[in-house]
Amino acid sequence: MNTTDTCNALVASLSDYVDGTLDPSLCIELEQHLQSCQKCRIVVNTLRKTIELYHEPTSSEALPQDVRARLFLRLNLEDYLKKEV
Amino acid sequence: MINETEKAAFSMEALRGGDREEFARFVETYSTQVYRLGLKMLNDPQDAEDMLQETFIKAFKALPTFEGRSSLSTWLYRIAINEALMTLRKRRPNQVSVDEGVETVEGEIEPREILDWCCLPEREMLSVESRKFMNEAIQQLSPALRAVFVLRDIEGLSIKETADTLNLSETAVKTRLLRARLRLRELLTVYYGERVVESKRA
Ligand SMILES: [Zn+2]
Repeated sequence: MNTTDTCNALVASLSDYVDGTLDPSLCIELEQHLQSCQKCRIVVNTLRKTIELYHEPTSSEALPQDVRARLFLRLNLEDYLKKEV
Repeated sequence: MINETEKAAFSMEALRGGDREEFARFVETYSTQVYRLGLKMLNDPQDAEDMLQETFIKAFKALPTFEGRSSLSTWLYRIAINEALMTLRKRRPNQVSVDEGVETVEGEIEPREILDWCCLPEREMLSVESRKFMNEAIQQLSPALRAVFVLRDIEGLSIKETADTLNLSETAVKTRLLRARLRLRELLTVYYGERVVESKRA
């Protein structure tokens, strides 16, 4: 698994590539390289996975009730607090 | 995340005029997102709560002058992210600027950690411990990179919306996003890589 100049040159395109916004000709070039380079394939796969994991919505991070209550109080909106969402 | 119908959903006239009921609806709609942004940027519940309150206090004061050049949510995100950056600046006075020189794409971004951990079971990747590690990993990004990553990849804003929120060019956003993503990939590869090795040994 040697790193070549091609690998290094393609790093700059990876973000656009996983977003699907890479220029088509560069995209072809990158995909050709990926077929023959395991190292870059791993980088692309783990980069995708990284983004996917962070994007996963986490319900535990909904606004806690006590935080919500203190926010409404601070904003003098306590009259509207009783209404649950 | 940014809702196209929001203009219809809120009466701008009421919001600008300081109508409390409409403002309560506005707070109800966006408080979860603002709080989550605070948690990701600051990784501290108390700081995130302070940021949340300050953001809506400032928004309430600034609403009468809201010109509608950006969407209401982009406008609110801008206030929120500035609050978060200000908090970070107080923690480390010399370090924080969203305008820190646009990093070059060359050098020091070449991937080092090469190990495929995509095969790990979901429950392992989404465990409480893993989540904690992931949040800590974000804190290793510079505030400038962190802001871009949190808005784009966690909050799901588009490149353009992220650029508008941070007053950056789209090119600068893309450059920072690339660096942030690659850096996090390195950190996650070290973390999950250990688990892959362990699972093979077991
Ligand atoms: Zn390669």
